[in-house]
Amino acid sequence: MDLLNAIVALSNFVIIPAVAYGSQLALGALGVTLIYGILRFSNFAHGDTMAFGTMGVILFTWWLQGLGVSLGPLPTALLALPVGIALCAALVLATDRVVYRFYRAQRVKPVILVIVSMGVMFVYNGLTRFVIGPDDQSFGDGTRFLISALDFRAMTGLQEGLAIRTSQAITLVTAIVVVALLFWFLNRTRTGKSMRAYSDNEDLALLSGINPERVVLVTWLIVAALATVAGTLYGLDKSFKPFTYFQLLLPIFASAIVGGLGSPVGAIAGGFIIAFSEVTITYAWKKVLGYLLPENLEPDGLVQLLAVDYKFAVSFVILVIVLLIRPTGLFRGKAV
Amino acid sequence: MSERRSDNAGAGTGRTLLLFALVAVLIVGTGFVQSWNTALVILNMGLVSAIMALGVNMQWGFAGLFNVGVMGFVALGGLAAVLVSMPPVGEAWAAGGPRLIGALLVGAGVIALAVFLYKRMQPGQLRAFTVFAVVVVGFFVYRGLFDPAKEAVESVNPAATGYLGGLGLPIVLAWPVGGLLAAGAAWVIGKVALGLRSDYLAIATLGIAEIVIAILKNEDWLSRGVKNVIGLPRPVPYEVDLQQDPAFVERVTNLGLDPVTASSITVKLGYSAFFTVVLILILIAAQLALNSPWGRMMRAIRDNETAAEAMGKDVTGRHLQVFILGSALLGLAGAMMTTLDGQLTPASYQPLRFTFLIWVMVIVGGSGNNLGAVLGGFLVWWLWVQVEPIGQGVMTLLTSGLAEDSPVREHLMGSVAHMRLLTMGVIMLVMLRFAPRGLLPER
Repeated sequence: MDLLNAIVALSNFVIIPAVAYGSQLALGALGVTLIYGILRFSNFAHGDTMAFGTMGVILFTWWLQGLGVSLGPLPTALLALPVGIALCAALVLATDRVVYRFYRAQRVKPVILVIVSMGVMFVYNGLTRFVIGPDDQSFGDGTRFLISALDFRAMTGLQEGLAIRTSQAITLVTAIVVVALLFWFLNRTRTGKSMRAYSDNEDLALLSGINPERVVLVTWLIVAALATVAGTLYGLDKSFKPFTYFQLLLPIFASAIVGGLGSPVGAIAGGFIIAFSEVTITYAWKKVLGYLLPENLEPDGLVQLLAVDYKFAVSFVILVIVLLIRPTGLFRGKAV
Repeated sequence: MSERRSDNAGAGTGRTLLLFALVAVLIVGTGFVQSWNTALVILNMGLVSAIMALGVNMQWGFAGLFNVGVMGFVALGGLAAVLVSMPPVGEAWAAGGPRLIGALLVGAGVIALAVFLYKRMQPGQLRAFTVFAVVVVGFFVYRGLFDPAKEAVESVNPAATGYLGGLGLPIVLAWPVGGLLAAGAAWVIGKVALGLRSDYLAIATLGIAEIVIAILKNEDWLSRGVKNVIGLPRPVPYEVDLQQDPAFVERVTNLGLDPVTASSITVKLGYSAFFTVVLILILIAAQLALNSPWGRMMRAIRDNETAAEAMGKDVTGRHLQVFILGSALLGLAGAMMTTLDGQLTPASYQPLRFTFLIWVMVIVGGSGNNLGAVLGGFLVWWLWVQVEPIGQGVMTLLTSGLAEDSPVREHLMGSVAHMRLLTMGVIMLVMLRFAPRGLLPER
């Protein structure tokens, strides 16, 4: 039995990747949940909004790299982030002006807005593919590892290495900063409070003189920022491919629903729940168990509960369980 | 009442005829301008698309259910085509077939037991613990039985087979079987997600579609995974056989046709005949259903659930019913499509092509109107095929001012393929905004 090595292996293969992935999902789910709370529909275009924002970041990153600008050990993409956010904000505001506002004025049923968002998804998807193509793009630079497995082994003398990639550290730090800013904004500023009021009770909010168009405008700005940041972090951590972003829709929605649609705290909790379940269930536990169990009990197989290709099944099963047992989600969202 | 209806029908019939004539002109025009082969390819896929659109129309147009998992049900139909028509692989069955089936039955039994316990036991910690224990222990037992059997089956000649094969029956039988498979999946999803918010059904179906595709891609013993199953049996003769049939060659030569072209056109016409029969049968059934008391009840539920419930209608039960029916149509169409392709290629199932395009068809055609769905199926499919050549032409024109080797021009020409998605999205948004009831509105 070798507890230290087991802990290190567990951190390296499960905890650190899951924390990074969970932060990315949480940021994505926050965007979905905000739109749900304020505009009252499930936005199917969110994955492609993320892809579009990330594309803006990538293009500007390439331009900066071409000019020879860099942030040293940090990825240049961080410098390009504001530009990506601005592009994405311009796109979603234009979409709102041309598409969603018409339906808002008519007060259509939410499901119509969902279908409309499907059309928007088509357009965004086409735009992204049109500009950058459907293939994998790499745009990460700077130092690859904060701590590499080799250094860690030399430092501690343990058999197992612990690697922390820069992208993972950046993901966590950025996510904490963004979430802190968001909650400060929602709870402390006048606009944020008016947003929460509008989300809780539209009629009362209108009665007290809150301008609904302003609330919607600010919501879209925040959503564009969240989507671009989430997409860029995911792209830095893994890779950028438009179709993968479309597929992220399922775990993101699962996170938002598990936490309770419309509840920001729930979206964050949901993101981490989905990420940890996905990673633990698709991880091959052979190594960790090998350290923990006595030699004669060591497992023969990989002890992998599900192949990695079935990670969608994990989000799906969690979603189904929540729908069956507690349809409002863990944090009592507004949806039933 | 009946008079008003016939009046409306009179006005609608002219429009319907006109629009269907337009579709005919488009397809026949393709035959004249491009080639008759292309026109028939479009026609055949158009027929299949029309059935898919009828399925989605049943769910959305009749009942207001939002199914975003069309791709999954279509793929299940494709799986049925393989399972029914391919010859069984005897060696693989001998190596581990019965064991594999046994393991699957054990897995199903575990789930059934867990559901049974959950329903029968008193709520509380004891129930939660028991159900959890059953699921966990059951999962490991299942994997213990399943993994060796799966490996045994997949190791039998993996380059050529490596799967259990099918039943070796005529492939036309696969069509209803595809419907049944899809209906089974729809029952499970419907049980979970119906009765909750409409968005939840959408997200649940989105999930099941991804899972179905993941299973097709990874369970080699079932569908050969990404190695694809090719050479499915056909309900129509092979081109080569026709070309070697002296009677056929003589007949077409007398008509002044090239035997090779004529054989491929004959085969395609054979498919068209099969598909047309199926489409007409389904269309008649769907029309009868829509105009029956059942259809009126469905629309009443769609338009006002609360009122329908107050009238004593079982809203969730009816929703489940129509959701299963619509999904069965999707499965049927999926099996027909795989028959037409002659192969099952799991990697080719893309949600934008198989889920969202069908939605564009229904919305363009007119949700709630069966003829509209059929029209949308043909029209949008034609557009989907033709946008690329049209886009190529437009782009050539637009970039004609640029130098032949200019990078902008090269990039634009390379991106023409993605014009499709953009065009479909714009068409969908424009229709939703300016003609939300579609080309052929519901009466």
